[in-house]
Amino acid sequence: MNTKRLGRQSVRFFAPPRLISGAAIVGDVEGEGPLGSCFDIVLADDTWGEESWEKAERKMFEQAVRLALQKCALPVSGVDLLLGGDLLNQIISANFAARELAIPFLGLYGACSTMAESLLLGSMLIDGGYANRVACAATSHFSTAERQYRFPLEMGGQTTPTAQRTVTGAGASLLVAAEDDTKRHFASIRVMGGTIGRVVDLGITDANNMGAAMAPAAADTLAAHLRETGRNAADYDLIVTGDLGRFGSEMFHELCADKGIDLAGKHRDCGNMIFSPQQKVDCGGSGCGCSGVTLNGFLLRQMEEGAVRRMLFMATGALMSPTAGMQGDSIPGIAHAVVLERGE
Amino acid sequence: MENKRKRSAEELRYQQRVKEKMPRSKTLSQCVRAFVSGGAICSIGQAVRCFGEKTLQLGTEGTAAFTAIVMVFLGATLTGFGVYDKIGTWAGAGSIVPITGFANSIVSPAMEFKREGLILGTAAKMFTIAGPVLVYGVGSSVVVGILAWLFMR
Repeated sequence: MNTKRLGRQSVRFFAPPRLISGAAIVGDVEGEGPLGSCFDIVLADDTWGEESWEKAERKMFEQAVRLALQKCALPVSGVDLLLGGDLLNQIISANFAARELAIPFLGLYGACSTMAESLLLGSMLIDGGYANRVACAATSHFSTAERQYRFPLEMGGQTTPTAQRTVTGAGASLLVAAEDDTKRHFASIRVMGGTIGRVVDLGITDANNMGAAMAPAAADTLAAHLRETGRNAADYDLIVTGDLGRFGSEMFHELCADKGIDLAGKHRDCGNMIFSPQQKVDCGGSGCGCSGVTLNGFLLRQMEEGAVRRMLFMATGALMSPTAGMQGDSIPGIAHAVVLERGE
Repeated sequence: MENKRKRSAEELRYQQRVKEKMPRSKTLSQCVRAFVSGGAICSIGQAVRCFGEKTLQLGTEGTAAFTAIVMVFLGATLTGFGVYDKIGTWAGAGSIVPITGFANSIVSPAMEFKREGLILGTAAKMFTIAGPVLVYGVGSSVVVGILAWLFMR
């Protein structure tokens, strides 16, 4: 029997990997938000001196990884594996950054769920004995996402109230095996287990309402997690979703209530935390970077300082494709969860 | 179509719920804004027209062309300076419907895709938004022309 598996979707680790470092780089709008002071680098200009936004995005990814390693005085050659992705076609940001970093690389596409997906996979690889040190990263950029998924930036028009703003930012975390003796930036955070999400689609077709498209996936993963681990929401200090935004969070709460889950006031959403409502971002933030920078810039620090002891980090992804959308398809959602715990 | 998904009761219920609860656009205030801003742009157009007609004495066809050229120039220039999108955020349809909005819809992708090169970027992407308007605009004018030829001779 494989006892590392719990039920159909969840896993637990025998030797929980440590999350020893994190770094977050964000754009100027994110820097002006409520978490602005938590990030390692706030860009004054969203091209970061590069000739295109795409190049700026890959630079953020690369530099976030380098920064996370620097905090532990670890050279790039000391990392066994890089896991990560972004929102662009062929995940070019991650691919090109991985070319520069030259760390063995597995590229991921989980839309905005990438940060949790990479942490979950990285931890599984470490606990499985396939790697000792894994860097996990995710990035998104407002301007590259707009041109790929929506309209040119200079095009004048209005957004709908359910729209969300793609976060410009990259987050990177460093996972190491339990017995690894690398210098730790975060002394006591460990990944205890997690739940692999299913693709859930309740038929939302509005690309300006991704919170509603993702909420069912988040509720599904949370329900599976609590069922399979025999826990309830009150066992966590914090249940964090990636980028449901204000309306998506509302739907998430309703769906949880339908499933008989009492969230016990533990839920917070990165999309609601990263921007303030005064920033005119409609329903909040979205994108891979949204949960990536909120986790690495803010949440991990909260854990390290002891304000949060056990957290369920559940990044949510809207698996939206403009092509499928034009052919009348809906927007499937996915959410992966990882359990982060502070302990000695 | 065999692979079309059937919508389950759960899906329908959820979609209904989303529809009921989602925050709505402020239609009334957006209409007022569109009316004011669209009206303002058209008033500028009318002023240009009067200038062409009265001061420059351009004649009927000349005035029409002159007005269109000036308004497209204004829309394109404001797009280039990064102002038109800000107007659009406030004005909505008021700045999309007039000919200045048409200019904006061509210039904005042209600017955006400059980095992909002058041919496959700027030139190829220039009409991604305005293209359908041109296709169906020209197409319907042909249909109207044929109808006029058939019935109004």
